Amino acid sequence: MVRIREFEERVKRIFIEHPGVIRGHTHLADGAEAAIVGSLATRNENDPVVPTYRCHGYPLVLGTSARSMMAEIYGRRDGLCKGFGGSMHLSDPAHHFPGPSGIIGQGIAQATGMAMAAQLRNTGDVTYCYFGDGATKQGVFFESVNIAAVWKLPIVFFLENNEYQAYTHVSQEDANSVAGDPLSQKAQAFSIPGVTVDGTDLLQVYDAAGKAVDRARQGAGPSLIEMKFYRFSAHGNAITVPPMSTQFGEHEAIEIHCNPAEYEAARSRDPIPKLKSVLLKRGLITEGAAIQIEDAARAEMEDAVQFALASPFPAPEDATNYIYA
Amino acid sequence: MPQEMIYAQAMAEAIAEEMQRDEKVILLGQNLGLTERDPLVQKFGKNRVRVTPISETAELGIAIGAAISGLRPIVELYMSEFMLVGFGQVLNEAPRLRYMSGGQVKVPVVFKAGYGFAAGWAGQHANCLYHTMMGIPGLKVALPSTPVDAKGLLKAAIRDDNPVVFLYHFMLMLDKGDVPEGDHVVPFGRADVKRPGKDLTIVATGWMVPKSLTAAERLAKDGIDAEVIDPRTLAPLDIDTIVSSIKKTGRLVLVDQAPRHSSAAAIIAGEIAERAFQYLKAPLRMVTALDTSVPYSAPMEKFVLPDEEKIIEAAKSVLRKQAVGV
Repeated sequence: MVRIREFEERVKRIFIEHPGVIRGHTHLADGAEAAIVGSLATRNENDPVVPTYRCHGYPLVLGTSARSMMAEIYGRRDGLCKGFGGSMHLSDPAHHFPGPSGIIGQGIAQATGMAMAAQLRNTGDVTYCYFGDGATKQGVFFESVNIAAVWKLPIVFFLENNEYQAYTHVSQEDANSVAGDPLSQKAQAFSIPGVTVDGTDLLQVYDAAGKAVDRARQGAGPSLIEMKFYRFSAHGNAITVPPMSTQFGEHEAIEIHCNPAEYEAARSRDPIPKLKSVLLKRGLITEGAAIQIEDAARAEMEDAVQFALASPFPAPEDATNYIYA
Repeated sequence: MPQEMIYAQAMAEAIAEEMQRDEKVILLGQNLGLTERDPLVQKFGKNRVRVTPISETAELGIAIGAAISGLRPIVELYMSEFMLVGFGQVLNEAPRLRYMSGGQVKVPVVFKAGYGFAAGWAGQHANCLYHTMMGIPGLKVALPSTPVDAKGLLKAAIRDDNPVVFLYHFMLMLDKGDVPEGDHVVPFGRADVKRPGKDLTIVATGWMVPKSLTAAERLAKDGIDAEVIDPRTLAPLDIDTIVSSIKKTGRLVLVDQAPRHSSAAAIIAGEIAERAFQYLKAPLRMVTALDTSVPYSAPMEKFVLPDEEKIIEAAKSVLRKQAVGV
């Protein structure tokens, strides 16, 4: 969790330290650490993971090197995707992370297909499918979950409810939210289990994910888990036109909805200090060890930045590679 | 008095003025009209300015339904790729309904989206998809290259009784230009000669228009006088203006940000081969993106896309060459 936070904060600082270096659109997962780590902690070694394009957190857990991720964000040859993808398209199939779609919700169907392949081959793998609250208003969500339920596919649908789809609050666009119901209610439409958990509480996420994954692995079909947390950064860097360099603005709650109180309240429910205090209370960690973890993460991500800066850009003519297999 | 404004502002004015002029005009899309402080919400209310969930298929289809019922909806899609999610509505619903109903149904709707964001947006957010749209009978496609055309074409799109895909270019959003005050409408199907010239004709769309104009200025220093034409709408497509220009210059360079095989340039080249072959003194050249997806990293992105140097090189080669067997 500390590594994810440090990676994201380091990426955010690049926008200030090296303006114009990060191109396109970058989305940060600070605030989602407990949801990502708590769910992935239940995973078997070969289980595929399909993320959203807010995709920096998961591969750090799966074993992808921070160096290659950072080099990709810098558009360098040693990047995870050799400079072809950038922040939105981090892809590492060697770690069962085939990579996200940049188009909202489209990965849900692809994840369902991976679950179908696992069922067909009887591998015992369970697909971890992540998507945001906004993506549940895509037709592909309903189409895919229905098929997964009909075929009893080994997949768990992890709904990351961070309260905002880009700049729009969930209460402005979700029927369940408007009615005061949890978004996990959508599971009822497909007659599959649906639960809502506090996504800032690693242990709650872990317990719920464990049950759903066991169920899927036993052949009983999919579940929907709504993990509620709050995204601490803006949706993405501000969309600017060159030569204006990209930058991160304030969170939408502050910048658009004029609701800094909501943002501050969410920050007080930060998943990292929350877990730390639990571990300290139970004597599972000392203050000294916690500081060591933070220092190690800082050193790792700084090393990743230096690695990225030292890596050459791809040759221009490399652009014609990889069009066909 | 004309007013100087940026491209983005010109579009915003077109929408506000048309909503003011005609209460049947409504605006829907994601992440818009979010608060009571939003200027369009203040002016026209949340009934006519509607934020939608991320539901493109429904957004597009709802707009079609509302259009059939007598409204004039504008759907803001932001990225033309987001239209692909509900592309059946764009290609196979909106433009077919009038025809299939034997002329009984009218679908006055505008699908508005940005495109061609050549700033590291990579494979899924930087495309030029108009080739697919301009070939669908019943669908109109406008793609302005200046603030004045952005305003005039958007107004024409909103007033049109047919489905229109209005494509604005992200790289032009901050470009400044004079826009006439009042009711400025640019009719569809009329190309604009952005720079007159006598030695060769350059036809360009969108972001490639300012690039072609810069290239033309540089060519002028070498004594080459290029005419630059912007078709402004791809459907309907004003081939006559291009043919007239070729009659004068005898040489043609087509500049298009789309990959070669999904470019408007390829369509125009076909029309010219049939209608103006006899006036060409040399084979035409197409300066397009390579047939690749758009890569993230800057040096590769630059390699893939057309730029001033590539336009100048093509122009000079067209001037050097003579048509075979003429």
